[in-house]
Amino acid sequence: MTETRAPGAATGAAPRPEGSRPGAVLRRAEARPIIEIDDVVKTFGEFLAVDHVSLTVREGELFALLGGSGCGKTTLLRMLAGFERPTAGRILIGGQDMTEVAPYDRPVNMMFQSYALFPHMTVEANIAFGLRQDRVPKAEMRDRVAEMLELVKLTPFAKRKPHHLSGGQRQRVALARSLAKHPKVLLLDEPLAALDKKLREETQLELVGIQERVGTTFVVVTHDQEEAMTMADRVAIMESGRIIQVDTPHALYEYPNTRFVAEFFGTVNMFEGVLVEDEPDHVLIRCDALANPVYVGHGISAREQATVWVALRPEKLAISRTRPDAAHNWDRGIVEDIVYLGGISTFHVRLDSGALARVTTQNLERMSAPEITWDDVVYVCWRPDNVVVVTS
Amino acid sequence: MGTRSVFLVSALAFGFAFLYVPILLLIIFSFNESRLVTVWGGFSTKWYAELFRNEQMLEAALVSLRVAVTSATIATVLGTLSALMMVRFGRFRGRLLFTGMITAPLVMPEVITGLSLLLLFVSLDTMIGWPAGRGVDTITIAHTTFCMAYVNVVVQSRLAGLDRSVEEAAMDLGARPFKAFMVITLPMLGPALVSGWLLSFTLSLDDLVIASFVAGPAATTLPMVVFSSVRLGITPEINALATLLVLVATVTILIAAGVMWRQERERERAVTKALRAERGD
Amino acid sequence: MSEDNRALGPGGSASRAEAEQAWTQAGGGGDHRRLTRLQRLTARFGRGTVIGVPYLWLLLFFLLPFLIVLKISFAEFRIGVPPYTPLLAWLEGGYIQVKLAIGNYLFLLQDPLYVTAYLNSLKVAFFSTVFALLIGYPMAYAIARASPSWRAVFLLLVILPFWTSFLIRVYAWIGILKNNGLINNALMALGLIDDPLPLLNTEFSLYVGIVYSYLPFMVLPLYATLERMDVSLLEAAEDLGCRPFKAFLTVTLPLSMPGIVAGSMLVFIPAVGEFVIPDLLGGADTLMIGKVLWSEFFNNRDWPVASAVAIAMLVLLVIPIVIFQHYQQRQAERAEAS
Repeated sequence: MTETRAPGAATGAAPRPEGSRPGAVLRRAEARPIIEIDDVVKTFGEFLAVDHVSLTVREGELFALLGGSGCGKTTLLRMLAGFERPTAGRILIGGQDMTEVAPYDRPVNMMFQSYALFPHMTVEANIAFGLRQDRVPKAEMRDRVAEMLELVKLTPFAKRKPHHLSGGQRQRVALARSLAKHPKVLLLDEPLAALDKKLREETQLELVGIQERVGTTFVVVTHDQEEAMTMADRVAIMESGRIIQVDTPHALYEYPNTRFVAEFFGTVNMFEGVLVEDEPDHVLIRCDALANPVYVGHGISAREQATVWVALRPEKLAISRTRPDAAHNWDRGIVEDIVYLGGISTFHVRLDSGALARVTTQNLERMSAPEITWDDVVYVCWRPDNVVVVTS
Repeated sequence: MGTRSVFLVSALAFGFAFLYVPILLLIIFSFNESRLVTVWGGFSTKWYAELFRNEQMLEAALVSLRVAVTSATIATVLGTLSALMMVRFGRFRGRLLFTGMITAPLVMPEVITGLSLLLLFVSLDTMIGWPAGRGVDTITIAHTTFCMAYVNVVVQSRLAGLDRSVEEAAMDLGARPFKAFMVITLPMLGPALVSGWLLSFTLSLDDLVIASFVAGPAATTLPMVVFSSVRLGITPEINALATLLVLVATVTILIAAGVMWRQERERERAVTKALRAERGD
Repeated sequence: MSEDNRALGPGGSASRAEAEQAWTQAGGGGDHRRLTRLQRLTARFGRGTVIGVPYLWLLLFFLLPFLIVLKISFAEFRIGVPPYTPLLAWLEGGYIQVKLAIGNYLFLLQDPLYVTAYLNSLKVAFFSTVFALLIGYPMAYAIARASPSWRAVFLLLVILPFWTSFLIRVYAWIGILKNNGLINNALMALGLIDDPLPLLNTEFSLYVGIVYSYLPFMVLPLYATLERMDVSLLEAAEDLGCRPFKAFLTVTLPLSMPGIVAGSMLVFIPAVGEFVIPDLLGGADTLMIGKVLWSEFFNNRDWPVASAVAIAMLVLLVIPIVIFQHYQQRQAERAEAS
């Protein structure tokens, strides 16, 4: 487990082809670090909330902390804001040690999950609150508030009280308030959790747009992997207080380093197997659930007879009624269920072994009658380079 | 951080000392041998014996208990009915007047309530010959009137917090409104009714001013006896009485709190159990 | 309905009864109509009882007495039974004479005793409220920030004195404050003073008594608003650069205003009309309106003046009572909204 904790390590996964990262991230990779979390531990009584986490966030990045509830992501964020003090370890922001600095002296601001808008103050007064604490001159304050209202498109609502606003508007007030002081880093705790689905999807892109415009580093805590994928330049996946993998959304999806990441980040068909043939240019894995062996077109750093897991994404499987003419990478089953989602359909195929495989196909033609239907005997196959193998 | 919590802890300590030191001193000096209440003369329980020999005190205590039980019971019924009106009946004729009448006793100075009721009883007596003379009955009516306002507040807040759909589900399953109320709503109101009754009982037992107005020579309540003897000077007997009252109140409250705490614990345990069963381990 | 129950047994009987009823209804529609009319009648009767009984009770024992007080306040004192003049009198020739004597009210205004008593009541109630707030606010704040199990204990401790006799709690202070009371004895034993300090029957003892008696009424509503307050609001203030004390002033204090108002009214209103505390702890010269009313009625037996004092006292209290009702309503609405 120790090597999996290192950021970006992809044990057992295929070597990543160069140039798979989006250009923006490559550029930011050279940017200097703004947050350095150095071996931080946080315990609450007996409970270990954050377990030896080290992490670097780069300047200008939109960074997401992703994990289920109770994984420690919010505690980590609250330590960055200064509301919790680490039990051990150090936190550097902009190169300065902030571990012992009080929240009101830190150059970071936070957007709260509940928004925490002051109910007795107008939108304007809420946004100006942080500036007033810094004794910003009146004229400048007015300009900054106007600028923020403009940014979040709330200028007509300046004089309203928070409870006269819709959920989406409140969310934008909270954003404007936390950005008004031009913090080095903006911390966002589940910024979209309180919005309904449609508004959430719109707001995701809006938030990214605002982040690009102001250029502030964003650290977003979320439990929603789609949200993390849509918004973040890089994502850290957390579980039980530890960081499992840190990478771009693309890399996390295509090169997960563990079963946990593969299953957490998107849908996956996971089969346990044994490594039977280990060559530098290929490996062969035999899975109990699959009738034919799995052939992978690259080597894996694991010894023979080791237990490994084969992860196959549903959209990388093909389904047909004709039997493939190959020695590996296919299996036979019966269509048990079809989930039609308009653009795509997902077939639930019960394999001969009893295991279930999900296959996604795109519905490209409008008029064509569906070829495959319930209870058909079908064959599922995949290309050797689309197999992800993880060892833990 | 440090100074803040030091300040808060000392504020609490001061506040509770202020509230409890006088009561503790009362209790301690009830066991004082000396007649001088403020000079310690050795341990003794003789004032308790004296208290139980005080016929007047015992009689007044009985009157007070009778009044308190009766008026608390009537007030609970009437207060619950008023709460039902306020929460469930929407608009009815004279709602505004009723709202005023049910809330006003909460803020009405006791001297005014007492005076007005006495004047009513006197007028009624001269006009229709009832109530002939004043005594336990008039005190009970007076106490019921202001206690029902308190019961109304307690029950109303509970009623407003109740999930209406439970009652609707009962009616959907075939219970008529009255039955749904008796079988579903009333049990759910149970805790509020109990605390409303206890509150009324205490208020009635505690009242001096209103009782002094409306009580005729026929009936004297315990606070009236205590008041007149306190006015004459302090006696250790009152300390003994105070100790007994504090004891009863404390025991009652602790039992109530204990029952509530146990119920809460059991509920929590049941919930965790159910969750665990759901998760399948 | 009750017969239904007996026949079918308790629990779940309702649905069966209804099912059977539905069965018979399918047979004949006439039955159905009769039943609903009967039901409607019972429902209306039930509704009538629910409204009628408490309504009548309050009309008879709250509104009517109040009107009688109002009436008598316009009568004149006389020696006899009843000890006041009638308002209405039949004159010869079938005329009704209505005699409203406003002399009682003029008397209140002219006699400095009453005006002083009113002003003094307001002053005492006001400062008692301020002292109770100063002691109660930090207590309520500390309780609201304590851990949940401690919170329950503290609340119990705040409520407990309320369940013990009010009169006896006031009495306890006599033993502490009087000339040979505990404080003076202790101070003299320590050699700090030679003669006892006059503590009892002063303004000081009056304030102590009122604050002591009404402190729980201040703490409870304050606690309720402070406990409900979202802690993340304070975190947000600190996150935006506000130091804790300033965050308290700009966020906590304004947001706890409903609790401050409710608690203050719960202390102020009864303190204005208080009788027992000024009588037992106050000085001979402390005039409070409740005490004046009491002695006007019991000692002077002047019912009309006592009634006028009562009406005037209510007029005095109308403003704080309206404020209080307004806040109570807002609280209730807010509780419903959340």
